[in-house]
Amino acid sequence: MFYIFCPYCGEHREEEEFHPKGQAHISRPEDPEATSDEEWGDYLFFRDNPRGVHHELWVHAVGCRKFFNITRHTVSYEILEVYKMGEQPSITAENYAAQQGAASADKERNASQAKHQEGVRA
Amino acid sequence: MQRYSGFGLVKHALSHHENWERQWRNPTPKKSYDVIIVGGGGHGLATAYYLAKEFGVTNVAVIEKGWLGGGNTARNTTIVRSNYLWDESAALYEHAMKLWEGLSQDINYNVMFSQRGVLNVGHTLQDMRDIQRRVNANRLNGIDGEVLDAKGVQALVPIMDCSKNARYPVMGASWQPRAGVARHDAVAWGYARAADALGVDLLQNTEVTGFKIRDGQIYGVHTNRGDIEAKTVGCVTAGNSGVMAKMAGIKLPLESHPLQALVSEPIKPILDTVVMSNHVHGYISQSDKGDLVIGAGIDGYNGYGQRGSYPTVEHTLQAIVEMFPIFSRVRMNRQWGGIVDTCPDACPILSKTKVKGLYFNCGWGTGGFKATPGSGHVFAASLAKGEMHPIAAPFSIDRFNTGALIDEHGAAGVAH
Repeated sequence: MFYIFCPYCGEHREEEEFHPKGQAHISRPEDPEATSDEEWGDYLFFRDNPRGVHHELWVHAVGCRKFFNITRHTVSYEILEVYKMGEQPSITAENYAAQQGAASADKERNASQAKHQEGVRA
Repeated sequence: MQRYSGFGLVKHALSHHENWERQWRNPTPKKSYDVIIVGGGGHGLATAYYLAKEFGVTNVAVIEKGWLGGGNTARNTTIVRSNYLWDESAALYEHAMKLWEGLSQDINYNVMFSQRGVLNVGHTLQDMRDIQRRVNANRLNGIDGEVLDAKGVQALVPIMDCSKNARYPVMGASWQPRAGVARHDAVAWGYARAADALGVDLLQNTEVTGFKIRDGQIYGVHTNRGDIEAKTVGCVTAGNSGVMAKMAGIKLPLESHPLQALVSEPIKPILDTVVMSNHVHGYISQSDKGDLVIGAGIDGYNGYGQRGSYPTVEHTLQAIVEMFPIFSRVRMNRQWGGIVDTCPDACPILSKTKVKGLYFNCGWGTGGFKATPGSGHVFAASLAKGEMHPIAAPFSIDRFNTGALIDEHGAAGVAH
């Protein structure tokens, strides 16, 4: 069971209030008429499917009904970060690995997360 | 291979069943093979078996990072059916169904294939129209099917709530009598034993850590037990296919999700068929042990954790109790999750890749078990001949760029 912090409502709510909506940060091609079949297929169907840090779009379906982004680990299911639409993630696959390695960075991460990430409860 | 028979059972009883030979060897990896299959689940083992038996390719290794059949093969709800809407998928799943019907004899292993029929229940007018369309399509493809009304469903499953007072009243169902269930572990073990007897090396606890590719041609794999060479590699790794593809520099249109299932405490025989409902979203059958085997939809988010969320379990059981109020006080014994690789059109990918000699068989999503023999057979044919088998050809990865999708989402009456 996830306990998710909605960045718009400003509080933690239970998973059932939310719906996952797939990979975040996918932008529609600027000029659809000019894209090749390959590019259009990639835009429609091909997704990152990482075993590790993943950026996802979620919607607070029975709350404020706003979309926002979650950075989540797909093996531990730990929620690493929650951020609003239009914002960029501060935790990515690259710097997550680096942070895991360095203890000092780890501490920093915990401190920055403590305010709004609870992660997996069950 | 020691053949199993009734006589053998009696003979071994005399020595207190202490002298059965091991079902398969535990070989050390050779330096090279003709074909490497990555993934020792049902589909991978079936591929290896048919390669050796039907196509004479016996210098084959199956590389499995854990133990044989330890992933989705042993985590599904064992339902076997072939009532798919589109010609391409109907051909594939019906091919599998025909192999299921002779499988126990073929591999000399009792896979407990029980053709007890599958009901796909409809609760709305649109459900019934879709069911009629699908059953008609099935019949045109030579697949058995009937449309039943609510009375017909009630006659088959007396314990189901088919009254008008239900929240989602049962209006009818599609009925495929040849469908049923099979013992999933036995499928993996049976194929493993039969493949091993034909000379296939089953390498357990061996993890592929990379592919050896030169000039766009594969020539082997890196593993934690050293490099193994082969000019043909078939990747049959279900939920981990995306990770494997990435190692080879290929992108797949797959997303890995947890799919949960659960079994109840064993109870006396009460349900002698399989009931699936797309609309209230749950499916149920009763195993030979007596436990109710229950499943439903995937957890919506990506995950590799082989576990899911409790809300999904709750929704699943709500659906089951809605259809079967009699089960409201049955206690659940165990619950687990497997990682399914879902495709945008809910159809698998059986395909060559841009790396010559590297093939993928993946994307089976929530419905791979029923296809195990057919998938293995057509994939083996493709690996042996270097050309995709005609049944497998429409499932090429190219379809996501050409637009020739096989849209079984919702069409197959399946609870995806």
